Amino acid sequence: MEETPKSPPRWSASFDPHTIAYIQRAASTGIYDIRGFGAKRKLPHFDDLLFLGASISRYPLEGYRERCATDVVLGTRFAKKPVVLKTPVTIAGMSFGALSGPAKEALGRGATIAGTSTTTGDGGMTPEEREHSATLVYQYLPSRYGMDLDSLRKADAIEVVVGQGAKPGGGGMLLGQKITERVAGMRNLPPGIDQRSACRHPDWTGPDDLEIKLEELREITDWEKPIYVKVGASRPYFDTALAVKAGADVVVIDGMQGGTAATQEVFIEHVGIPTLAAIRPAVKALQDLGLHRKVQLVISGGIRSGADMAKALALGADAVAIGTAALIALGDQDPALEAEYRKLGTTAGAYDDWQDGRDPAGITTQDPELAARLDPVKAGRRLANYLAVMTMEAQAVARACGKSHLLNLEPEDLVALTMEASAMAGVPLAGTDWIPGAGRL
Amino acid sequence: MTETVFDLAAAPLRDLNGRLHALPEQTNETSWVLRNPQGRHAVAVGVDRPISVRIEGHVGYYCAGFNSRARIEITGNAGVGLAENMMSGEVRVQGDASQAAGATGRGGLLVIGGNAGARCGISMKGIDIVVRGSVGHMSAFMGQEGNLVVLGDAGDNLGDSLYEARLFVRGAVKSLGADCEEKPMGEAERAILAGLLDRAGFAAEAKPEEFRFYGSARKLYHFHVDYADSY
Repeated sequence: MEETPKSPPRWSASFDPHTIAYIQRAASTGIYDIRGFGAKRKLPHFDDLLFLGASISRYPLEGYRERCATDVVLGTRFAKKPVVLKTPVTIAGMSFGALSGPAKEALGRGATIAGTSTTTGDGGMTPEEREHSATLVYQYLPSRYGMDLDSLRKADAIEVVVGQGAKPGGGGMLLGQKITERVAGMRNLPPGIDQRSACRHPDWTGPDDLEIKLEELREITDWEKPIYVKVGASRPYFDTALAVKAGADVVVIDGMQGGTAATQEVFIEHVGIPTLAAIRPAVKALQDLGLHRKVQLVISGGIRSGADMAKALALGADAVAIGTAALIALGDQDPALEAEYRKLGTTAGAYDDWQDGRDPAGITTQDPELAARLDPVKAGRRLANYLAVMTMEAQAVARACGKSHLLNLEPEDLVALTMEASAMAGVPLAGTDWIPGAGRL
Repeated sequence: MTETVFDLAAAPLRDLNGRLHALPEQTNETSWVLRNPQGRHAVAVGVDRPISVRIEGHVGYYCAGFNSRARIEITGNAGVGLAENMMSGEVRVQGDASQAAGATGRGGLLVIGGNAGARCGISMKGIDIVVRGSVGHMSAFMGQEGNLVVLGDAGDNLGDSLYEARLFVRGAVKSLGADCEEKPMGEAERAILAGLLDRAGFAAEAKPEEFRFYGSARKLYHFHVDYADSY
């Protein structure tokens, strides 16, 4: 009897190879996946926006000849000593612990050459970091690891972290293999344990308490330092309004593409909203309060280029922050390390096991031999180069739109390629005057 | 030694904290009296001089926050986060303290003459806290280092997710939190407890043998599926 011809194998869209591997992994280990990096799923993003450029109705500025300024001042509302940056791209908070000492030093060196700031993370301020960062923002996190009076006074600004884009509503994690003696000592923890940071601040809950907390921090630092409030993007309109009401000088909103050193995959991919969707509601909150450009807005989460930066600024941000992109500039995902990535079961470009401390690039590790691979001077130079490129790219776009300062970019300079991006960013679908959901924030 | 009197009804808080921060290291103004605090927040925060400060009345949130080296005494009650993140020195409140007293404290001694509210000693990181009365629920939550001594009772979930802080309670413990267990009190712990009772001024009214000792069971130090229902 002749056999009935079989259909070729067909993969399920719902049970795709990644999903099947996830179920198999969960069944064999009994624990959820923890990893680094940010959301990897496809999301509406800055790539879905385009600049219009100049035309008959508006004229461009001459590249290389006519000035397009990039300086930005953060903390003009209450602080006696605001933070002055040469370029509106800052380095986001990443801890010593999550990152090696040389990696933190390299971030400081690169940012300082570029004239911008770096930020501490969960675990306190190291002397090396303070030394190499001309402008250093000190994070005030729920765990308060390494929080002390001297560091508070040595900082140039304080960032009260309510949440981060990779895990709004979640606390930090640092797995035992990265809790060396020094990291443990700075955090008052036993070495080698899996550290679970709190997800809520221990001594305040809600916006009314936050207002009192900010007053305390201002009193401690004699009203000198700008106070930022950072939230993971989830309810950006209300979070921005409440942070402003609590007295923030600067609001930092981190979208779901924002990186993390170690978080449950389910959190990274399923909690929070895309960066693109967070900007306009935050800007609207500031505008409704009459404080746009008076309380500064910093946007982070998946910022990769001068184009991304310019688009965020055009939508109303005052600056952007980068984390993952800065690590790649230092040397993360280097194809020259492919053989070592393969040994770890991954490949250059996809490496996300930042939690396990075996980073061949020597960045997300506390192993002294691996950490020694990163030359902080050379890596700092790479970061400075990358920041310079981002800045020049943003200037090129801004000049094309006829802007003499990056902060003069405006939503009218943008159109969207997709209906999703149009609705989220509040700019028209390209070739139309249509904004889906306009006025329905 | 001169006594400096500052009246918070007559001058702004910012002036007070600014003056306390600006004191030279070898100041003669080593004894301060603060009048009319009237429940104000952030009184005497971030002080980093070996001075004494007596606050006559009640204070609001975060009094003596980040205290370093100073001896600060409050004659009334204290609001949320008394002596939060204290680095060193000594803070005493004669009355009660609200929630999160001594939160995240890195060092120094906090003595509470009355009761403390919920989350006393939350995330403590080396501070010693002695409470003459009772403490509320979730006290010493995620306590990392230091000692919490309670002469009265403790509320629900004492020492939840405890790291290496030591807890001593004389009265009843309503319930223990995840990963907190009673342990036999050894000589080392007894000596720590006796020393703290003495420094707090309660040695005459409470003896170490009247207390029970609690610490971390250390079962949650590494993620393991079998302990998932502890959270």
